[in-house]
Amino acid sequence: MQSPVYTCSLDNVTQLINRIAEKMPVYGDFGSSKTTLSPKGFFLPALEKLYETAKINDSYKITPAPPENAPFVLLGIRACDAAAIEILDGVYLNDPIDPQYKARRHASYIVTFACETMGANCFCQSVNINPAAPKGDVKAWVKNGTFFWLAQSEKGERLTELLLDLLERTIPAGNDLLPVEPPDSAPALPLPADMLSAFNAPVWDNLHRACIACGTCTFLCPTCQCYDISSHECTENSEKTHCTRQWDACLYPGFTQMAHGNPRPSKKERFRQRFMHKLVYHMQKYGTSACVGCGRCVNKCPVNMNIVKVAHVLAQEEVNAYV
Amino acid sequence: MNEQEKMRTRAKELHAAGIIKQVLAWEAGAFPSYPAPAFFTKPNAFEKIVYNEFCTANLSKYVINITEKTLIFLRPCDAHSFAQLVKENQVKRENTYVIAVGCEGCVQVDEGEARDLLESCRTCTKTDYPLFDEEINTQNNPRESTNKAARFAEVTRLDSEENTARYAFWQAHFSQCIRCNACRNICPTCHCKECVMDSDHPLDGQFYHAIRALHQDGRCTDCGQCSRVCPRGIPVHLLNRKLIYTSNK
Ligand code: SF4
Ligand code: SF4
Ligand code: SF4
Repeated sequence: MQSPVYTCSLDNVTQLINRIAEKMPVYGDFGSSKTTLSPKGFFLPALEKLYETAKINDSYKITPAPPENAPFVLLGIRACDAAAIEILDGVYLNDPIDPQYKARRHASYIVTFACETMGANCFCQSVNINPAAPKGDVKAWVKNGTFFWLAQSEKGERLTELLLDLLERTIPAGNDLLPVEPPDSAPALPLPADMLSAFNAPVWDNLHRACIACGTCTFLCPTCQCYDISSHECTENSEKTHCTRQWDACLYPGFTQMAHGNPRPSKKERFRQRFMHKLVYHMQKYGTSACVGCGRCVNKCPVNMNIVKVAHVLAQEEVNAYV
Repeated sequence: MNEQEKMRTRAKELHAAGIIKQVLAWEAGAFPSYPAPAFFTKPNAFEKIVYNEFCTANLSKYVINITEKTLIFLRPCDAHSFAQLVKENQVKRENTYVIAVGCEGCVQVDEGEARDLLESCRTCTKTDYPLFDEEINTQNNPRESTNKAARFAEVTRLDSEENTARYAFWQAHFSQCIRCNACRNICPTCHCKECVMDSDHPLDGQFYHAIRALHQDGRCTDCGQCSRVCPRGIPVHLLNRKLIYTSNK
């Protein structure tokens, strides 16, 4: 059954947030735009300890890091980032399930916020995401000076229950209850029909040369999900060690480095991997683009090389002009 | 004729004369205010060369290890970085053809909006080009910098603070570091084949920046690119500016 829509005045939003904060930590706000860092760090921290080992006589005791399952709320998540969390779920909650990710994800309550305008670098609409209809446990929006609140999951209903005395139930009245949809001002992603064959396109030879392989795009991207694992000696003779995992980037030379060498030997292959993964491989496996059009990479690439530009160049008929 | 037209013309002429094989310049991006560095090898692509206040990425670092004669356009900050790379044997001077190009400073773009002049431009004191083969529109550059006081203002302000306040300032910044490698990889004098930061033992931000600052000591050209590219707004360049300030004294 569809949950009822609730409202409150804008002045009372702080009260709502405070009420939730009495129960669990609240991160974020209903601010004017998406955050610089994506929310992925709440589920997949930049650096985390996986387990510790201790040598006891002739054997080793392995102690996994305790699961982080204390509930928390993420507030004001935008449609792009909510879609990104679903993409991460597809990877981390499917076999093999990642226990750390799962604990944090299950402990989280996602309260999304509809966008009424598009940021200059946003292009969620080009990847079929409606900025006015974010997913999440609760969707919130503002219309005509009123704050709207709609639970979209069981978890969302549990949050709503905390707030019943602060919210007013509204009888559905068609469009009056829907968020304002922003005009589609997004740049198109004019992808070639046969993206898989783009793998061999000669444009990569030149395109990758501008990229400085810094990994900023991957670290800021809400769906970039790769990590590296390393072991650290805490005492001599491996009496105590611990193991961490940390964000990695396909742009880095050590990525997929194996004993026999690296299947992506130069920056060209690594650079290509980022875009092929986003636009092709993920599409093949999960049916959606792994780019949610948040535009973070567009905004922060030190050399203005980004997925929109790559798509444009790939789609260009006269691709050889660049080669 | 503005710089951009002259740059395109000279690229065509030098290529036609067989003096250069490729051009390193900027090309328009998917968004108007986002030009990107690019190598151009075909003369019909030279029309795509752009030059404006949004060309924030310096080009000098891209010449490391080039083997073909390359035309490169350098602004004063970039020309100093280029000279440093030549000095450090990272590029053969004879593989380059340098055109010094006039500069009125670059603009920081955030979320598609043009903000102020870059901090590095507001405090830039470079007026000369250490190495070049010819010049385009350099006559408008200031002969004498008016930024000499501004350059070290933030360094001396921090110096005047208590140790604890200074430490708190840097800690607040370094705790924001996400350990991407933007500052290292844009830096013209960061060019080690293997970097200690790439070991699989992750270093925290504070340690990372301390090592980097010391390693660039005496080589940093104060181009300000590290701070420009930091996605977390850390004033990375101030560390090396402090070292420059101290050794100048
Ligand atoms: S595309 Fe841009 S942000 Fe990403 S690694 Fe390359 S230079 Fe860095
Ligand atoms: S590739 Fe860029 S625009 Fe797409 S989701 Fe990642 S950061 Fe956002
Ligand atoms: S200072 Fe900024 S650019 Fe440099 S590593 Fe840290 S976050 Fe990345």
